[in-house]
Amino acid sequence: MVLITGDLGFGVLTDFSKRFPDQFINAGVAEQNMTAMACGMAMEGHRVFTYSIANFTTLRCLEQIRNDVCYHDADVTVVSIGGGFSYGQLGVSHFATEDLAILRALPNMSVIAPSEPWEAEELTRQLPGVPGPKYLRIDKGAAGLAADPGAVRLGKARRVREGADATVICIGAILAEALEAAARLAREGIQLRLVSVHTLKPLDAAEIICAARETGGIVTLEEHSIVGGLGGAVAETLLEAGCAPGFFRRMGMPDIYPSKVGDQNFLRAEYGMDAAAVVTTVRKALHRED
Amino acid sequence: MSMTNATSMRREPDFDAVREVAHRVRRHVLDMTSRGKSSHVGSALSMVDIVTVLYGHVMRYDSAQPKAADRDRFILSKGHAGAAVYATLAEFGFFGTDRLKDHYQNGSVFSGHVSHKGVPGVELSTGSLGHGLGVATGMALAAVRQRRGHRIYALLSDGECDEGSNWEAILFAAHHRLRNLTVAVDYNKIQSLAPVAETLALEPFADKWRAFGWHVEECDGHDHAALLTAFRAADAAAGPAVVICHTTKGKGVSFMENSVLWHYRNAQGQEYEAAAAELERFAATDAAGHSHA
Repeated sequence: MVLITGDLGFGVLTDFSKRFPDQFINAGVAEQNMTAMACGMAMEGHRVFTYSIANFTTLRCLEQIRNDVCYHDADVTVVSIGGGFSYGQLGVSHFATEDLAILRALPNMSVIAPSEPWEAEELTRQLPGVPGPKYLRIDKGAAGLAADPGAVRLGKARRVREGADATVICIGAILAEALEAAARLAREGIQLRLVSVHTLKPLDAAEIICAARETGGIVTLEEHSIVGGLGGAVAETLLEAGCAPGFFRRMGMPDIYPSKVGDQNFLRAEYGMDAAAVVTTVRKALHRED
Repeated sequence: MSMTNATSMRREPDFDAVREVAHRVRRHVLDMTSRGKSSHVGSALSMVDIVTVLYGHVMRYDSAQPKAADRDRFILSKGHAGAAVYATLAEFGFFGTDRLKDHYQNGSVFSGHVSHKGVPGVELSTGSLGHGLGVATGMALAAVRQRRGHRIYALLSDGECDEGSNWEAILFAAHHRLRNLTVAVDYNKIQSLAPVAETLALEPFADKWRAFGWHVEECDGHDHAALLTAFRAADAAAGPAVVICHTTKGKGVSFMENSVLWHYRNAQGQEYEAAAAELERFAATDAAGHSHA
């Protein structure tokens, strides 16, 4: 196993680099070469991880991921720290808000976005069981649920709350907002089912279809553009299964570039993907708004 | 046919035999690009001598075991000239030359830009420029870390050196003193639309590589003995090395030589007949010249 960083990870990678100096490489600020090299090393038998923040491991070197890593089905895990608005004060260059859509379009690529540090740890342990290229999107936030690694299986969605009125399907740590919304709606007698999709690709179609059939409607929630990510994947799955939910709403970043900065919570609220927005969306969909 | 090149290093190099291979490869390239009506015949003819010298004199491999762990690796980064690599691999026994007629055909695995899927001996699929050297650098680093003795050869075009990703790899390979990595640049001085000097000038090209910490060899990219000498010097260098091969685009067919047009055009009808006749004369003259030498 080899970890290559694009010159980021101050403090975070220090322990690893000291304990495993032969398995740690700093490629410098050169993500295209980092990714191409990762492919070359994987072709020679290494299990390689590339590491940087936001879009630097993904969009900056997208063609190296596509032509080199994915076409050659190389065992490279692309790790991006800072999914969504994790680096909310740093501006649009540091918002990873199209990565899920773009990475899931690549053949051979698995797309994984944990909702908690403990879930990230468990999924990372399971990565060797998945052949070929993988994208691991790490969020700074955390949903805040108690650790339950036994319930986490790569490729399987995790149902974290039962309810029949509607289902919120989320990806990543924004699950925290869905949990809060579910608690508020419960006080009004609305019971939400919550499904956490940590593996966007391959998607757990059975769990998605089950939610559409057993609950009143579907809301998808992602700290990501509403174009092509979780919302798109769920819609594709349901339509192709001939399964029409009672209602369907995509929540996430509208199809615009955010020009405001702020912390993750501020930006979730600003762009309509926080708990309050989920509550409003579900109420309207169920015609319960007052 | 299967051959192991490992012993050829110890024998006197058989230049005549490899030159004959190069002539056959040139003819395959003409036939493949004409039959397939494909572009890049000039780019392929430009590098035939480089790639045949590598497979004929320099690299260690066994064409019967194209995935053998200790083989030297060859990466074609200028993937658009894939026809020359397919033909060279066929001539050196990786697969039958009869398969070359599939190049560019519907349903074929022999794509215009070199592809590894279903083609024994191709290490890496390329086609977008600026990818091969980075992957080769990763392979070289892996070989160093695994303490294995094989070498990595990457062939780049000159126009390709416009791509910034190459210079990322060039920095990295020098910093890590990857002495098992040799780059050949097919420096035919013409790129997609115009001469290199008029597009994005590379000169002083050798100095740029030196400034980045690479050992530099320069030679006539059509002179097999000079190429072999340069590759041996490059392979003996204490760090990564580049062989800047001065070449002629479209080498061997007078009306294709040094012509941007033949980056795209393929020879049909009388043009094909004329090109084939020129390549035959080239081969015959070459053979006569060297037998009298």
